[in-house]
Amino acid sequence: MSSGASIRGGGRARRAARRLLLVAAALAGCGGRPWNDPYPAADAGANIVYSSFEERPKHLDPARSYSSNEVIFTGQIYEPPLQYHYLERPYTLIPLTAEEVPAPRYLDRDGRPLPADAPDDEVAFSVYEIRIRPGIHYQPHPAFARDADGNPVYRELSLQDLADIHAIADFAHTGTRELVAADYVYQIKRLAHPRVHSPILGLMGEYIVGLRDYAAELGRAYKELSAAAGGGPVYLDLERYPLAGAEVVDRYTYRIRVNGKYPQLLYWLAMPFFAPVPPEVDRFHSAPGMEEKNLTLDWYPVGTGPYMLTVNNPNRQMVLERNPNFHEEFYPDEGDPGDREAGLLADAGRRLPFIDKVVFSLEKETIPYWNKFLQGYYDTSGISSDSFDQAVRMGPGGEATLTERMKEKGIRLSTAVGTSIFYTGFNMLDPVIGGYGERQRLLRRAISIALDYEEFISIFTNGRGIAAQGPIPPGISGYVGDEAGVNPYVYDWAGGAPRRKPLDEARRLLGEAGYANGVDAATGKPLVLNLDITAGGPEDKARLEWFRKQFEKLSIQLVIRNTDYNRFQDKMRNGNAQIFMWGWNADYPDPENFLFLLYGPNGKVEHNGENAANYANPEFDRLFERMKTMADGPRRQELIDRMVDIARRDAPWIWGFHPRSFALYQAWSSPTKPNLMANNLLKYRRIDPAQRERLRAEWNRPVLWPLLLAFGLLFAAAVPAAIGLIRRQYRAPAAGGGTRTP
Amino acid sequence: MLNYILRRVLYALPILVGVNVITFVLFFVVNTPDDMARMQLGMKHVTPEAVEQWKQERGYDRPVLYNGAAAGMDRFTDTIFFDKSLRLFVFDFGPSDAGRDIGHDIRQRMWASLALAVPIFIIGMLTNITVALLIALFRATYVDVVAVVALVVLMSISGLFYIIAGQYLVGKLLHLVPISGYDDGLNAVKFVILPVLIGVVGGIGSGSRWYRTIFLEEIGKDYVRTARAKGAPEAAVLFRHVLRNALIPILTGAVVVLPLLFLGSLIMESFFGIPGLGSYTIDAINTQDFAVVRSMVFLGSVLYIIGLMLTDISYTLVDPRVRLN
Repeated sequence: MSSGASIRGGGRARRAARRLLLVAAALAGCGGRPWNDPYPAADAGANIVYSSFEERPKHLDPARSYSSNEVIFTGQIYEPPLQYHYLERPYTLIPLTAEEVPAPRYLDRDGRPLPADAPDDEVAFSVYEIRIRPGIHYQPHPAFARDADGNPVYRELSLQDLADIHAIADFAHTGTRELVAADYVYQIKRLAHPRVHSPILGLMGEYIVGLRDYAAELGRAYKELSAAAGGGPVYLDLERYPLAGAEVVDRYTYRIRVNGKYPQLLYWLAMPFFAPVPPEVDRFHSAPGMEEKNLTLDWYPVGTGPYMLTVNNPNRQMVLERNPNFHEEFYPDEGDPGDREAGLLADAGRRLPFIDKVVFSLEKETIPYWNKFLQGYYDTSGISSDSFDQAVRMGPGGEATLTERMKEKGIRLSTAVGTSIFYTGFNMLDPVIGGYGERQRLLRRAISIALDYEEFISIFTNGRGIAAQGPIPPGISGYVGDEAGVNPYVYDWAGGAPRRKPLDEARRLLGEAGYANGVDAATGKPLVLNLDITAGGPEDKARLEWFRKQFEKLSIQLVIRNTDYNRFQDKMRNGNAQIFMWGWNADYPDPENFLFLLYGPNGKVEHNGENAANYANPEFDRLFERMKTMADGPRRQELIDRMVDIARRDAPWIWGFHPRSFALYQAWSSPTKPNLMANNLLKYRRIDPAQRERLRAEWNRPVLWPLLLAFGLLFAAAVPAAIGLIRRQYRAPAAGGGTRTP
Repeated sequence: MLNYILRRVLYALPILVGVNVITFVLFFVVNTPDDMARMQLGMKHVTPEAVEQWKQERGYDRPVLYNGAAAGMDRFTDTIFFDKSLRLFVFDFGPSDAGRDIGHDIRQRMWASLALAVPIFIIGMLTNITVALLIALFRATYVDVVAVVALVVLMSISGLFYIIAGQYLVGKLLHLVPISGYDDGLNAVKFVILPVLIGVVGGIGSGSRWYRTIFLEEIGKDYVRTARAKGAPEAAVLFRHVLRNALIPILTGAVVVLPLLFLGSLIMESFFGIPGLGSYTIDAINTQDFAVVRSMVFLGSVLYIIGLMLTDISYTLVDPRVRLN
């Protein structure tokens, strides 16, 4: 009896345990898969890349989006006429939707043609004629849907039509149409639309003929239309307003006319700013009620690229899926020497893209992201300073290798020196540290030597960076490496590498500047300088302390003027900062994009430009004006070298460092070559989903014994409590002397 | 009771206006409309014309609270404050400064916040009450001493530690649930198990200790002695008599936070990638999106006032002696 009860009891317990496990498995999503898999069971084994975004993109309108976290989406959806070759270095422009990279035609003031080598001052206009390839189609979208008679299905949408519409996918009909030149012209006009607020309107207004006046004209027209409609947003039909600088030549050809020479326009033609926008899509998204439902072009990009945005929930997840109408494009079959050996040409000639879907999940914190990467739930990862030691070991020569743990997982490391610069700037308008006299120059040079950026890189960036020798980063034409590229005012060339000049040299320069031992010889007062900065966290405190110590080496007192971001920006705009930290990320791989940061007419205080140091050297400016319109070559290099030398001598910046980015790739990802200019790289990526599935299962087996142990301990703790409770219940009345009734 | 509620609603109006004024003043002391425009327009190639146009389009080109250049009532109505505040009172939040509809975002994000906050609130409260009652049952024994020490230790540990340790142990080492993420509907369950567990465990220390104090105070009262004298078992005394009478202070703390559950938890949502309202406000402050900030502050104030009203009403339910006049 007792044995039978025990068997039954055991069977019941087993059944209960089985049910518990089934429930747990159901909660985990399905049976047989890792319990901690954050993705739906239906996606298991699918050709999907998993990535993340830290903060929601602000704009996905190609006329507005500029940030890197926006371009990661727009770059895959929109197709400007040009793109960067994936493998070739230096960065090379190749056609994307264009038939070829356009060469400019030069015209004089009367519109007469000029030869290609005409002097700059004779060239009044440059004309770029771009012919796009026929047969390219847009992704499916309701704005293209047509009824049996060929009329647009959703041309005039009312509020009532939108009552049950909450996402673009809710529209029953979609369609497509061929890409035409007029779509590119329409987008150039959109740069001047008063409601679009394109960040490049100011810049392009200087170059594209008539764009500035066009913006004013559209502004007036929009105001009138809006007033006539009782205020509020209205649709402005840009096709009714011609723009002199952008015109359609024929169905597949359009023309851009710029003032003077502006060869950098070609680089802009590789950015989403110059991608096509179909007018009917713009009209569709401008329908009344669309904005209230967030169904705007700013949130629902429509393009011809390899991917289309199918889920747009910036609060949680963004999903790119393969565009079924994507035109033929193939993986490059040529690259740089070494690319074939690195496996980068394994997919040569195969049709793009390789991935079916890309899921971007909101991941605000680095620790969960990193742990999920290690579990195989993300396919790539950067390396935060928290996890750097887990992932990478730095050798004595600064070479990075993966730790054993990463190697065991088959993870690969890819590094690239960024086309960026982080520098410490001197406000050249400041009476003490600024100016162009020999005294100020020597003071800035002394500080440049004392501020040991090699140490900074080692302490604060885990060695991820190289000390800058000038304003131009490696990878940008005009950069000179090795001995010829060393800044002779701060470094010596010794042992095949640049070596920072000794501190004694800095002290000597300081003495020559009239500040021996940090004391102003003229006044007898100690030299006090101010570092204007925005800092908040504990790591910033260490950084600021480091700065103070660097100045102490020269007996200079450094006052840290820490302020919030807005006040800091005000100080910079008003010229009230003295020493500051700043940075610049390349828009395009041309030295003009870095040297213009030192061009006088770009001064921040006087001209509201990007020259934060307000540096203005007439010789530098003259050379810049000549250099910026020249094609790469020895003559241009000569001018660049002279400009860099002038800047090094004047030292308006402590040149700081170029960051080195580290990326980790899982074993199932195809080899990838870092390309810091291109923003449409997803189409070249390939993964092995079967391998990923196998490794995920292997890496994520649930460990149950601690859970059972915890339940056991809880039970063990509950038993004495229960016994104590029962005893107390029966003892209490007795202690009180009463009698107990059953 | 209806009169009472109406009166409280009318009292709420000046409070909400006051909160709005303070929000406006504080926000615009730190940020100018120019700063807001630059933040929205980006850092590169921004021209003063673009800044002006942005401000004009969104109505930030006017004075904040008082328009000295205007005449009559326009001095007060032709201001950013009047323009932006009036619609709030009918819960029309309008678009954010980045262009997205705030009401849509709130409706979308509120469910994620609730999916996390409601289980933490209910399970947490039940757990805390149970633990506190058990400790009260074993009062003045070694169990009581050990438990109080344990509770003090638990409440002394930072909430962030619970999150990181929980993610590390349960998600990373044991592989039992996803470390972070979220999904809609029932699929959300596997994502909220860990944050709920952490939320409950993290709250046991302070919650149970607070409830234990309440229960011990009740246990010393005459009616408890009477119940015991009549021979009621100790468990019955605690769970039937003490718990019921301790409900008023428990409700005071609990009901008032009920509406605020909508607003979510910043750290928890941030670490677990849960797209709730907690991170919405902080993101808006970081991006200087004043439209979102004022909407969330207004919503928070309204919910807090509702919470206080619900607390008052709940008193009448648990204590028949209380009347709302």
